[in-house]
Amino acid sequence: MSKRDVASVPPESKRNEEPSELLRELVAHLRQNRTQLREEWVVRISETRLLTAMTKEEIFAEATSVYDSYVEALETEAFEALQAYARNLSERIIPRGVETHEVVGIVLLLRDVLARSLFAKYQNDFKKLNRILDAYEPAANRIANTVAVGFVQERERVIRQQQEAIRELSTPVLQVRERLLILPIIGVIDPQRARQLTEQLLRGIRTNRAKVVVIDITGVAAMDVTVANHLVQTVEASRLLGATVIVTGLSPEIAQTLVTIGVDLGKMNTVGDLQGGIEQAERLLGYKVATLAEPR
Amino acid sequence: MEVPILKQGAFLIATFQAALSDADLNQLRMGLVQQVVKFRSRAVIVDVTAMDVMDSFASRTLREIAHMIRLRGAETVIVGIQPEVAFAMVQLGLTLEGVATALDLEEGLAYLNEKFKTTN
Repeated sequence: MSKRDVASVPPESKRNEEPSELLRELVAHLRQNRTQLREEWVVRISETRLLTAMTKEEIFAEATSVYDSYVEALETEAFEALQAYARNLSERIIPRGVETHEVVGIVLLLRDVLARSLFAKYQNDFKKLNRILDAYEPAANRIANTVAVGFVQERERVIRQQQEAIRELSTPVLQVRERLLILPIIGVIDPQRARQLTEQLLRGIRTNRAKVVVIDITGVAAMDVTVANHLVQTVEASRLLGATVIVTGLSPEIAQTLVTIGVDLGKMNTVGDLQGGIEQAERLLGYKVATLAEPR
Repeated sequence: MEVPILKQGAFLIATFQAALSDADLNQLRMGLVQQVVKFRSRAVIVDVTAMDVMDSFASRTLREIAHMIRLRGAETVIVGIQPEVAFAMVQLGLTLEGVATALDLEEGLAYLNEKFKTTN
């Protein structure tokens, strides 16, 4: 339908005006009033105390690019560019401690600022305002959605990456003497990490031909019944590979857990601290540590 | 497939092949228990390196072999359990309690030599 056809139809069927045409009008309005609306938005952002981690200049710069990509997304109804921008923005601001509610908050603020300017512009033509809002609202909501989802996805990606890094760092199997391994465990053990620890330990026993393993859990504050059971199973599996396991550094809470689940203490070899564990391991391996001279 | 039983000095060595039927396991059990007295062996080493799956029957048979050998006056060492197999066995509750284990054949021989050194 060309523009000329629209002009020739009677006024009441103007209701059927193309939404895309309305959007175009809307976009033109937003472009025209860019400076003023952007200013208003930034003021609203600082009023509501969002993005406190960023300076005024930074907020203004980001606001400008968000505003432009926002209008562009309204115009083209293509959200890929906005999505990419949201991801890029998240990448920059997540390390500075910007929270999800802030990002969602500023996008919703922009939506409201723009809606108000539409109210002001079309206040004398209520029907037209309604139609403009019909075109504006779904697009605006979709934009808000896109930005929020982009931010959350980026955050999840960062969290996953950090978890991965922690996991890799946190499971060293160390050889301290010929045939003696130490497995120091620090932090919270969830079932997944417990499984990984076991795998690494059993593999380590095989590759290092270990006879004695000291598992030090001084750095573990508490463990649930599942993980405690897993620890006992690890001890038994190590024995099947011909290695003796000594567990050291049990906290009172963990001792309580082990007693509660009724561990057969004959299978568990425990020593109070890591030093005692290593000394016991050396005895088992037939080492004798002697002082050659008085320490200087 | 029948499991060969090798005589190595005072010890008997039986090496498991990949897939053993229950009948093979039963045959091995009887073979070991008979030969341990026939050769006046002091110990039996069962090498399970080739087994990447250990079902409950195989595991139970291993334990029975160990206990029967002990009643016949000798000792048993199970060697070469794979790490994955070891953990799977423990999860099934098959911990071979009361049976000596070692990493591989070499370790098993070292363990037995050490053990019988003093009584030689």
